[in-house]
This record gives sequence, C-alpha cells and structure tokens, in this order.
Amino acid sequence: MRAELKFVELDNVSLTYGGGTLAVDQLDLAIARGEFAAVVGPSGCGKSTLMKLVTGLAPASKGNVVVAGREVAGPLKIVGMAFQNPTLLPWRSTLDNVLLPLEIVQPHKSTFRRDRDKHAARARALLATVGLKGFEERYPWQLSGGMQQRASLCRALIHEPDLLMLDEPFAALDAFTREELWAVLQDLWMQRRFTCILVTHDLREAVYLADIVHVMSARPGRIIDTRRIDIPRPRTLETTFEPQFIDLVHHLRARIAEARVGA
Amino acid sequence: MSRRWQETLGPWLVVLALFALWEAVVHVARLPSFVLPAPTEIFATLARFAGPIAQHSAHTLMTTLIGFSFSVVGGVALGAAIGASQVAYKAVFPVLVGFNSIPKVAIVPVLIIWFGIGTVPAVITAFLISFFPIVVNVATGIATLEPELRDVLRSLGASRLDILRKVGLPRAAPYFFASLKVAITLAFVGSIISETVGSNEGVGYLMLQASSRFQIPLVFAALVVVAAMGISMYAIFASLERRMTGWATRGMDQVAYATGH
Repeated sequence: MRAELKFVELDNVSLTYGGGTLAVDQLDLAIARGEFAAVVGPSGCGKSTLMKLVTGLAPASKGNVVVAGREVAGPLKIVGMAFQNPTLLPWRSTLDNVLLPLEIVQPHKSTFRRDRDKHAARARALLATVGLKGFEERYPWQLSGGMQQRASLCRALIHEPDLLMLDEPFAALDAFTREELWAVLQDLWMQRRFTCILVTHDLREAVYLADIVHVMSARPGRIIDTRRIDIPRPRTLETTFEPQFIDLVHHLRARIAEARVGA
Repeated sequence: MSRRWQETLGPWLVVLALFALWEAVVHVARLPSFVLPAPTEIFATLARFAGPIAQHSAHTLMTTLIGFSFSVVGGVALGAAIGASQVAYKAVFPVLVGFNSIPKVAIVPVLIIWFGIGTVPAVITAFLISFFPIVVNVATGIATLEPELRDVLRSLGASRLDILRKVGLPRAAPYFFASLKVAITLAFVGSIISETVGSNEGVGYLMLQASSRFQIPLVFAALVVVAAMGISMYAIFASLERRMTGWATRGMDQVAYATGH
C-alpha cells in the first residue's frame, strides 16, 4: 500500500477509559481510500472503541489517529454511521429520516430549505436503490426491522460521506434479511466506492463484503491478523459456498479461537 | 354497543354511578346536609348561586392558567437546559427536589407578605406547584436520547443546539405532554390553596367563606366546579397530546408488526 493512498491510519494507538479499562492497546491499522475493510474479533475486544477512535468521538490516550491526511482531534464531519439499532426518529417519515443529515451537515444545512426538493429527489432515488421505493412516507414503526436498517443505511450515505462506519449493522436481523442486506450494501459500495469500516462478529459477513479483514485480539484489542479477500465482485450467496470463501472463514475462525484462548 | 361507544360513555356512566351511590348513602344514613349534602342538593345550590360561583371560578381559572403558562415556559426552558447537560442536571436537581418537597401552603403566607393579598400569590403558587413535573419530564425526555443517535449526530458535526432542536425536543414531546396533564391539575390545587389562605376572590375564597357560615352545600358545589374545570383542562391537553405526539402511542400498537418482519 502506497502511503498517499492511506485514508485511515492508526499508529500505535491506545485508549484507556475513565474507569482504567485498557480498551485498545498499541493498535496499528491502515485503510486505503475507497477500501472496504472489516474488523472482526471476539466480543468485548474493543471493536466499537475502534469506531469511536476513527470518528473522533473518543480521543486516543496514546498514539495518532489520522484520517484523510489530518490528525483526528474532535468528531469528524465526513462520516456516515449506522449501528445495530437503526435509531430512526419515530416522529419523522422515512424520507425525512434520510434527509436528517442534510439539515445538520454543512454546506447543506444553510441551504436546506431552498434545495429541499432536490435533496428529497436524491433521497428517494437512494431509497429506491435499497428497495424502499413506495415507503418514503411511512413512519419507521411501520417498517420491518430489515427495512428500518435499509433506511438507516440511506441516512448514513445521503450526505455522501467519505467514510462509512458500520457497527454490527445487521446483527439484530434474521439470517435471510441479513444476507439480502449484504447484497444491498455491496451494490451501494460498488456504485459509490466510499471508504468503509465494518465492525462485525459475523465472519461470513466480513468475508462477503470486505476487501480486507482485520482480526482483533481479546481486550485490550490489537490487530493480530490481516487477510486480503481476493474474491471477485459482485459476490453472491453462491460465492459463500465456494471452497475459497469457506477456507477464508475457516482461517479467520481459527484466529479468533486463538484470540479468545489468549484472553 | 360498539367498543367505541363504550369508551365514550364509560367515564360518564362512572360519574353518574358515583353520584347515585352518594345520593343513596346520604338518604339511607340520613346524613344532615352540613355533614355531607346529597348531589341533588349540591346541584340545586350550584344553580342557585350560579352567578357568584361562575365569577369566582373564572377568577381561579385565570390565575391557574397564568401560573401554569409560566411553568410551561420555565419548565421547558429549565428542563431542556438540564436535560442537555449532565453537569447541569446533577447540579440543579437536588435543589429542585428540595423546592418541590416544601409544602406550598407554607410558602403562601410569605408570598402574601411580599405581594399582598390577591391574585399574585395565587399565580405564583400555581406556578411553583406545577413547575416541577414539567421540568423533570422534559429533562428526562432529552437526557434519555440513545447514545448511538447522539454519535450519529455528532459525527455529522451537529452542535448541542442542533441535537436539542432536531432530536431532543421532539423526543421529549410525549414526556412533556404527559406532564402537562399532571401539571394543570396541580396548578388548580396551587391557586386554590393560595386563595384559601389569603385572597378576596376565587373558588378557594368562596369555599372558605361558605364553610365559615356552615354553607356546606355551597362548599361542595364549588368543589364540583373545580373538579369539572380540572377534568376539562385535562381533556384539552390529552387531545392535544394525541394530536401532537400520536407517533409515540401509535408506535406501541405497531411494535408487533414492526418487529415481525
């Protein structure tokens, strides 16, 4: 990886929480611009802490976090985020939920009222690409869990962030819906090629979606293995039954088992 | 009878049954009217003194609503301030609880010394007594914002004010409206307490005068009017609540559907 292509770089980063818990220790991680990276690890390994470090929501106790060539000092404004919980606002329609970031993030914020129609058209198009055409005026509580998560992805992408952070976004969904959404997310990424960091404990999900998978150790978390996934895209559910795919999942599974024993 | 009709008629039937039972007890036990007047007598008194009762009730309604308006404005402002900041919440809360623990009837004489007999102490008492539930509810609604949602907004560069406006206040709305229903009835209690201690107008004053002359039916007539005003105000805020925050209660019916894929 050439240095100028690095978009996210963590250099010897440690983070100790207020209670004295060492969440991550001497973490080194580099992610290229436009790359889809997955971070997997045993539960409680500090995956979510990694998210907070990269987005600037939690400052590193030691070491440097650099995103887009700049050291991270406060919350970044070029990030879209989605979590296990879709966190849609129940008083807003699906469309208005997706538009929320544009009401907050500059430069859209100051011109939001004037350009509302233009933005709404864009939001409708985005909702259509994730299969939510016709649900724009519904409220979140009228949508199924999978549909809410699709809308949450749209909200994370509407302001065209350079970096998409996903914290176990599909963990609360049933297996079939989850696999559907892998395809949806892959399509979105192939169209837009944003840099993406996916934190997950689902190894099949990581291998299906990512260009590169980083394995974290048990707490205090650090990267103990990195695997490039050279399976051509678009990957399909059939891909997940191919020997190459299964071997990768197997390998990662073994690394995580070691990490858990080491804990 | 359809369920809808049952729900509409239900409250009226309960009131009617209550009055019927009351009437029966008074007649069977032969209670004298200066101990417990029968509802028929109370309503007859209500009709006979309709003029003065209306005049004093209107005054009480006015002082109550003024005090209540102050507590809505102040309660939302303070609730938003302490809900948005952990530090402010912890700093201010003990004082608030302290204030709320003081029996308001003990403050009224002080207020009368400060502002004289009349409307002002009643307004202030109504305010003091109805302020607390609004503050606590608005603060709770804002403070219980999901941490993930806060992260989403902060990572968009949202200021504290953005978070409050876009999410905090709308999110607190159901809590706010719920507190209004409690606060308005408390506000009546506040202004009437004050009128009872020192005023020359209002339902509290009327009741005090009536009971000192053993006109117990008049006391009860005034009480019925106060209860009716309380129920009306409650109904107004309940319907406002349904209109403004239907998403919060409708969501409950939909939970099964939403998680059922």
